[in-house]
Amino acid sequence: MRPYFSEHFGNPSSVLLEEGAEPQKAVREARAQVAGLLNAAPDEIILTGSATESNNLAVKGLALANRQKGNRILFSDIEHYSIMHQADFLKNLGFEVDYVRVDAYGVVDLEDLKKKAAPGTVLVCVMHANLEIGTIEPVREIALFLKERGILFHSDGAGTCGQIPVDVADLMVDSMTVSAHQFYGPKGAAALYLRKGTALRPVTNGGYQEMGYRAGTENVPAIVGLGEASRIAASEMAERVERLTALGQKLWKGIERQIDYLHFTGHPALRLPGHVSFWIEFVEGESLLLWLNLNGIASASGSACASNVLAADETGLKASHVLTAVGVPPEICHGSIAFTLGRENTEAEVDFTLSVLPGIVERLREMSPLYQKALGGK
Amino acid sequence: MAQGPYSDKVMDHFMHPRNMGEIEDPSGVGEVGNPACGDVMRLYLKIEDGKIVDAKFKTFGCGAAIASSSMTTELIKGKSIDEALQISNQAVAEALGGLPPAKQHCSVLAEEALQAALEDYKKKQQGA
Repeated sequence: MRPYFSEHFGNPSSVLLEEGAEPQKAVREARAQVAGLLNAAPDEIILTGSATESNNLAVKGLALANRQKGNRILFSDIEHYSIMHQADFLKNLGFEVDYVRVDAYGVVDLEDLKKKAAPGTVLVCVMHANLEIGTIEPVREIALFLKERGILFHSDGAGTCGQIPVDVADLMVDSMTVSAHQFYGPKGAAALYLRKGTALRPVTNGGYQEMGYRAGTENVPAIVGLGEASRIAASEMAERVERLTALGQKLWKGIERQIDYLHFTGHPALRLPGHVSFWIEFVEGESLLLWLNLNGIASASGSACASNVLAADETGLKASHVLTAVGVPPEICHGSIAFTLGRENTEAEVDFTLSVLPGIVERLREMSPLYQKALGGK
Repeated sequence: MAQGPYSDKVMDHFMHPRNMGEIEDPSGVGEVGNPACGDVMRLYLKIEDGKIVDAKFKTFGCGAAIASSSMTTELIKGKSIDEALQISNQAVAEALGGLPPAKQHCSVLAEEALQAALEDYKKKQQGA
C-alpha cells in the first residue's frame, strides 16, 4: 500500500497524465484480485469505502433503478444495521419494507420468504453469514427461488468473502458486499459485486469513477490493500478453512464440556469456521467480556451494555436484534459471547481460553443473585 | 488499569469487589433492577443502633453495575441511616472517578438498592 501514499501519488482518473498511470494500473490489478476471490469479472466489481457503503449502494441503487418491478423490499430479521437502518429512508421514498423470519438456528425461513416475496417485490436482502451467531444462510436456494420470479437478490458477504469460498456465479446473487478488514485488509476499503447487466442507480453523484456507480476519487492505497488481501485469502483459503474449523470445534467442545447452563447460538454445522457463539445463564455478557479481556482474550458480546457502552445516552441499550430474532429472551442476550478465531490464533490460545473461562463464569455466578435463586437460595 | 470507557477506580472495584456476599440474618435487604435491563442488584445491611455496621452485595450486571454496588457498600459502612439516605447516585459515580454516560443508570440502581434495603429495614422495625 505504501508506495501509493508517496511516489505513486497520482490520481488514477488522470488518464492522460503519466502520474496517473501507475495508480490506475494498481486499481485495475486490485479489481481483478477482488474479482478472482469471488469468481466474478473485474468489471462486476465496484470499489467502495466500507461494507456499509456497499450495502447502501446495493439496496438503494437496486431498488431505485428497478422500481418498475415493484416497490416491495424484504430484509431478513438478522441483517446488519447497514441494511436494517435503511428502512426508514426507503419508506420515505415510498417503498414498502417487510421482514423475513429466521429459525432458532438463525437460518432464514424459506417458507416465510416465499410467502412474503409476493408480486411487486423488487429486492430481497439476506446476508451470506451472520457474524454474531456464525450461521451461513442458504443463499443459493434463495437465489434459485427469486431468479424464477425476476426478483433481485442482494447478499451482504462481509462475513464470508475472504473467509470461506464464495463463488458468485454459483450463488446466483445479483449483488454481494465484500469488506476488506474482515479478511486482514485495511479499514476503509470494500467492494460491491454487481452482476453484469443489472441496473443500479448510483447514490453518490459526481464524476465517472467506478463505471459511474461511485463518484469520488479512489482511495488507492486502501484499494491496493483490499486487492492484496483478496489474493492472499484466495491462495490460503483451503488451509485456513480447515485449520479454523478444527480449532473452532475444539473450542466448542471444550466449552460444552466445562460449562453448565450453556446455550450455543447459530447453526451447529452450517457456520463460519472458527466461529463459536453462546450464552451462559446467570452471567452478564459485558462482565464476561471484561474478564476475558483482562486475560488477554478478545471476544464480542451481544450484550447491549457492552456494545453500546460508548453510546451518548441509554437509548441504545437494547438487546441485539439478531439474538432476539433467533428467540433468545432479551434478559438472556446479556450473556451472549462470540469468539471469532482467525489466522493468528493458535491451539495454545484455545487451550488457554478453555482454562480460564470456567473460573470467570464461576466467579461471576458467585456474585449473581439470580444464580443463587436458581440454586434454590432466596 | 483503565479499560475502554471505564476509569481505574471502576476497573479496580470490578476486579476486586468489596463486600461481595451475603449477610446472615440481615437487618434489611433491597433488590432492584430486572434481568431484562441487564442488571439485578441485591444489597444486605446490618444495622445496629441506627448505624450501618455491615453491608454486602450480590449483583448480576455489567462492569459499572458491579463497581457501583461495591462502591456503595464502601460509602455506607459506618454511616447512620440518615447519612446513608443522603448518598446519591452522583456521589457513587463520582467516587468511582466517573461513569460513561450510558452507564449512569448503574449508579442510579445502586442508590435505589440502598433505599430499598433501608425501606425493608424500617418495615421490619415497625413489624417487630
